[in-house]
Amino acid sequence: MAQNDDPAGTVSRRDFIKTVGATSVAAGVLAPAAPVTAQGPAALGPGPVPVNLTINGRARTLQIEPRVTLLDAVRDHANLTGNKRVCDRGTCGACTMIVDGRTVYSCSTLAIDVQGSRIRTVDGLANGDDLHPVQEAFCAADGMMCGFCTPGFVMATVALLEKYPKPTIAQARRELDGNVCRCGTFNRVFEAALSAGGVNRG
Amino acid sequence: MPADTRDRNARVPRNEDARLLTGRARFVDDVRLPDMLHVAFLRSDYAHARLRGVDASAARRRPGVAAVYTAADLGDYSKPAPLLVPPPPIPGLVFHACTHLPLATDKVRHVGEPIAMVVAESRYVAEDALADIVVEAEPLEAVGDLEAALAPGAPRVHDHLESNAAAHVVQRKGDYASARTRADLVIARRLLYDRGAAAAIENRAIVAQWDAPAEELTVWDTTQAPIPIRNGLARMLGLLESQVRVVAPFVGGGFGPKIMMFYPEELLLPWAAMRLGRPLKWTEDRQENFHATTQERGQVHDAEMALTRDGRILGVRDRFLFDTGAYDPYGLTIPINTQCTLLGPYDIQHYDSEFTAVFTNRTLVSPVRGAGRQHGVFVSERLLDIAARELGLDRVEIRKRNLLGPDRFPHDHRILFQDSAPLVYDSGDYLPALEQAADMIGYDAFRRDEQPRARAAGRHVGVGIACYVEGTGIGPYEGARVTVEPGGTVRVATGVGTQGQGHYTVFAQIVAGVLDVEVTAVQVVTGDTREFQWGTGTFASRGAVVAGSACHAAALAVRDKALAVASRLLDMPADRLELAAGRVRVRGSSDAGVALGELAAEANPLRGAVRPGTEPGLEATAYFGPDRGSTASGVHAMIVEVDPETAMVDITRYVVVHDCGRMINPTIVEGQIHGGVAHGIGNAFFEQLVYDDQGQLLNASFMDYLLPTATDVPPIETAHRETPSPFNPVGLKGVGEAGCIPTGALFAQAVEDALHGFGVEITEIPLSPSRLFDLLQRGSRP
Repeated sequence: MAQNDDPAGTVSRRDFIKTVGATSVAAGVLAPAAPVTAQGPAALGPGPVPVNLTINGRARTLQIEPRVTLLDAVRDHANLTGNKRVCDRGTCGACTMIVDGRTVYSCSTLAIDVQGSRIRTVDGLANGDDLHPVQEAFCAADGMMCGFCTPGFVMATVALLEKYPKPTIAQARRELDGNVCRCGTFNRVFEAALSAGGVNRG
Repeated sequence: MPADTRDRNARVPRNEDARLLTGRARFVDDVRLPDMLHVAFLRSDYAHARLRGVDASAARRRPGVAAVYTAADLGDYSKPAPLLVPPPPIPGLVFHACTHLPLATDKVRHVGEPIAMVVAESRYVAEDALADIVVEAEPLEAVGDLEAALAPGAPRVHDHLESNAAAHVVQRKGDYASARTRADLVIARRLLYDRGAAAAIENRAIVAQWDAPAEELTVWDTTQAPIPIRNGLARMLGLLESQVRVVAPFVGGGFGPKIMMFYPEELLLPWAAMRLGRPLKWTEDRQENFHATTQERGQVHDAEMALTRDGRILGVRDRFLFDTGAYDPYGLTIPINTQCTLLGPYDIQHYDSEFTAVFTNRTLVSPVRGAGRQHGVFVSERLLDIAARELGLDRVEIRKRNLLGPDRFPHDHRILFQDSAPLVYDSGDYLPALEQAADMIGYDAFRRDEQPRARAAGRHVGVGIACYVEGTGIGPYEGARVTVEPGGTVRVATGVGTQGQGHYTVFAQIVAGVLDVEVTAVQVVTGDTREFQWGTGTFASRGAVVAGSACHAAALAVRDKALAVASRLLDMPADRLELAAGRVRVRGSSDAGVALGELAAEANPLRGAVRPGTEPGLEATAYFGPDRGSTASGVHAMIVEVDPETAMVDITRYVVVHDCGRMINPTIVEGQIHGGVAHGIGNAFFEQLVYDDQGQLLNASFMDYLLPTATDVPPIETAHRETPSPFNPVGLKGVGEAGCIPTGALFAQAVEDALHGFGVEITEIPLSPSRLFDLLQRGSRP
């Protein structure tokens, strides 16, 4: 996953201890290379542990099992249901969130791995009734049908435009290629992506 | 908003988009209730096995597990699911109804068939507990291949039947045998169309809540048919229909399998929620979706077409096998669609069609977008292409010679359609559509100039052009209630569910057009049995046609009521009044008039009686039930370039000329067509459910089952023609499935044309780069 080669996205041992230090767990589980503590490599979990996440600018501590994915943490424990669960295998993109500026498949990311990171979901994009420019562009281009894959496409498009403010079609195709839409809205999604970036189609 | 958006046929932005884009739209998996438990299912790993025992005791002891149910725990509730669609009254028809149980008892008949249900505090714990259940099963030889399934001595899916034949149906018109004796040419081929997945992005999901003090059951379900689900659950659970509320909120794509009912999970969650007194939730995961959600395709045709030497079709004979999977609760809709749609837009006087539906140890089959129509189109279009080649005729020309002329409508094919009504085409104008598609793709110039030039340069380019019709908008009926609220908002409630077709907008447009209000002032509710409790569901491209016509009728009745109230209020005959911009005013005047909301308040006074013969408020309910469906049609054309080294196909142009009668919103129509074409391209070249001979699905993930993505779907050039249907007041025909119907036939034709000289004849769908490579290596033309 993208965050693994992004230093800002990894949880350092120090961060980890800071966040769960009060509990009797060993850090070695998350950082296997670190020296084993005096208590030995006791397993983390299986019960809930506090996990600190910063979601859409708001810090929250969730009591969740270490095996809980970022997607489940956000949907089921932080109650932000905008991003959707579809394949649970990192193959469809519906769960796409932006973590420290990079898109991740949240279904295949452990929540505990992204403590200390800035997590952005589709729920936090609009400001009340004021849509984000990317959302406006999807509206204008009719860039959705059933809308289930749409939160993922919107987040991927936001990330695209933050990376390439005026993307070419080739850049848009590459950045959105990890998202699947069965309704077949691709043509109009590109139209939305390119118009949101202030570039006309073609 | 400009006034013209109130007209029909306008590109109005969708009312539902903001909710979908912000993540606020509620889908079933987004429903969370206090105290909710989570469900996971233990499913069969075997395609065919005898169950000797199921031991769930360890699972029941696991902390966090609330209950585990096996078939033995269901008592009287363990009954075969109802037969959803009984077969039409075709003389001589044989049909064996074999529907599934909620949980398997003595035998499992496909991979993914549920054996036990675990209810736990979280889905994680529920899945942990699945591993605690011990199943003793004796594997049996699986029934896979369709022909082998019918061989004497083949293992039987259902022990009580004499063979694996689920149904046998013959439909004939004219006298094919005698027509054949007059033929100059008979083209006979075996044509294959293998299984595909619907692959809606939203997996199925169910939440069930029993409110014991109120004695009310609420079920959120990703179904295309909330009202029939409500009715069936009430019957099976011994409740009044009024005690059951089924909500299909936003649904993330249907494409057919969500009309299947009753899935085992739909039977079990409400039942268990009533016993446990806590809300339950189950969301299918994608792997379950590949095994436990219905699939489609899987037909083998032995077909022949008899023609004169000038390319006129004398008749067609078709014998085909249809894979219905392990059970057949959906009846014969798909093969009858195939049987009927094979006739296409052509004048075929003699037709002899016979099919056998076959039980196999594979996932159940029910309609998927196109619902068997693409198979029929594949057969007739391929036979025409081969005949054209044999006769030295152009492919467009041979089609022109066989199209039904505009004077032939209504056209009675003298066989029965899936809705049990005679197959009658209501209206159409096929020749101009064919000419327009040929013109748009530049067929003549491509064949004359571009193709020889490319071939001379060593490039392999080809063009295809294919025609189809689609029976849409069948009965029985849908209804709608239109209410003007005192604040001026117009509410529309209909029982039909919605899965992304833009119903929130097109129904609003229909009503807004009648009442002359802004489309954004019309709020549409679909798929909630508490809001509207009569109807069937979304299938057969019928939502806009049938529910849309009901919306239209209800809006007309509300308009009459508004005029009547205004007539009293203004002391002016109703025929001198008109609705304009949300108000009633004197016809032709520029008076301010009275707002519809004020009239609604006036019609519902706190004092004073409702006069005899009147009703309070501005509200009306209406129903629409067409005697038979309306027939949409179209022509698709494509240009491809094939690399014979890699067998990769690049679709360079794709043209659609489409006729769905009167359009309500061309943007939404085009979206439906784009989606259908994308689905069709997937079916033609990327998607195949690959089963081994023991009924194991080998590619049950999106990593292995390739949906077309942004890079595979070309821009689609679309032109609309409008031949209104006389079968409904708005002139509508359906469009939801159209895009994928001719795509396989078209793809085969264009690729074959590109590979001219390689001796390749394509008689199967789906292709794939590797399969096409095989065909190239050995040549396949007989």
